Amino acid sequence: MMAGEGSAAKPRGGRLCTICNGRRAALKRPKTLEQICRECFYEVFEDEIHRVIVDNHLFKRGERVAIGASGGKDSTVLAYVLSELNNRHDYGLDLFLLSVDEGITGYRDDSLETVKRNEIQYGLPLKVVSYKELYGWTMDEIVKLIGLKNNCTFCGVFRRQALDRGATLLKVDKLVTGHNADDIAETVLLNILRGDIARLSRCTSITTGEDGPIPRCKPFKYTYEKEIVIYPYLNMLFTYAYFKKLDYFSTECIYSPNAYRGFAREFIKDLERIRPRAILDIIQSGEDFRISTFTKMPEQGNCERCGYISSQKWCKACVLLEGLNRGLPKMGIGRTRVLDNERDKDTRQTNGTKSIESKQCGTLDF
Amino acid sequence: MQLTLEFGGGLELLCNSVKIHTVDVEPKAEEKKLTMKHLLSWVHTNLIKERPEMFLKGDTVRPGVLVLINDCDWELSGQLDTVLEDKDVVVFISTLHGG
Ligand SMILES: [Zn+2]
Ligand SMILES: [Zn+2]
Ligand SMILES: [Zn+2]
Repeated sequence: MMAGEGSAAKPRGGRLCTICNGRRAALKRPKTLEQICRECFYEVFEDEIHRVIVDNHLFKRGERVAIGASGGKDSTVLAYVLSELNNRHDYGLDLFLLSVDEGITGYRDDSLETVKRNEIQYGLPLKVVSYKELYGWTMDEIVKLIGLKNNCTFCGVFRRQALDRGATLLKVDKLVTGHNADDIAETVLLNILRGDIARLSRCTSITTGEDGPIPRCKPFKYTYEKEIVIYPYLNMLFTYAYFKKLDYFSTECIYSPNAYRGFAREFIKDLERIRPRAILDIIQSGEDFRISTFTKMPEQGNCERCGYISSQKWCKACVLLEGLNRGLPKMGIGRTRVLDNERDKDTRQTNGTKSIESKQCGTLDF
Repeated sequence: MQLTLEFGGGLELLCNSVKIHTVDVEPKAEEKKLTMKHLLSWVHTNLIKERPEMFLKGDTVRPGVLVLINDCDWELSGQLDTVLEDKDVVVFISTLHGG
């Protein structure tokens, strides 16, 4: 079947695909500037991710792997592609969907519905862990108490732990997240803008937290956001369209987006328009930074209260929770020098595995 | 001429949360053809109810907004200069939120 057949309207531009030379091109790849047809697109898109998985030894046969699923585009496409590749190339993985319910009325309800549909469509077991059951507080309740100003601190700290705890409950060996090349380039820039050179040299790692409870990896590290977004859209005309037209949910988080990150994002998108390779080049720059810092890594220990890894007596989540429960919600996010020092140490507690997870709130991705 | 416009990835929130719009758009009187450039300004005037800066930047879409014309990346058809025809389907998808 030819591309475009059955369409009421004619495709514009008659250029042929530079890969197969037979079908009409449907998109321009940002990575290579090639003009390719949709069939070749699916092939190269999926093959590249397969290569990344194989070349970086992301998984071992027999492993149990949780996919951090937010109902958004990245994790939805990741769940679909990973289960396809697992079957096609016989990775021998047991895949699970893992979602966090922050307790944001209207927002999470809808996106969790999407994840539940994905559970049925892809046949992957789903585990949902909620802030309410883990911490006794929903995000709605936290925001009611502390207002919109500092809630990002809670989101970031709580979500990270919630994923780790969910992964522990599922007894998985690894957690994969949908962070894409654009996200990683953005994080490289943010670490430069914040002067955080120690994190800069680590934030591009494809696998992090190998010393922590559950290693995390990012199979979309080299995958452009444009291609992830277009992937479910391009298939509408085909008979198998029904299967490839992925169901994903998208809307802005109703709680304050991170403005600074927003600027970095926009800057990346502006650069991409002028020179699409910029995204890969920024990642490469991050990878090539090898700066010997004399920062002493804090000793890795466990939180005395909940047992989560922490370099402090109490982990960050427990400090924040203590504040909430004692009616002192600013505890742990205050401005005093002592607390800032604490926080500074605290952000290093996981040996840099945290950097990319700072994508938060604005998107509610992990 | 009749066009089908689809907004996705959160852009539908800018037009009363309606994803698919069937619209009638005519070329400007002095021009014979309807181009994407004209369609964008028509959409801005007639469909976008709030935060137009999420959709447009300068005279084109904001970086990070993908445009498909009849399921084809508009980067292949000349972007703003693409000439539209009756029954064309134009899809706008924001990549900027929703992980
Ligand atoms: Zn082809
Ligand atoms: Zn937040
Ligand atoms: Zn703790």
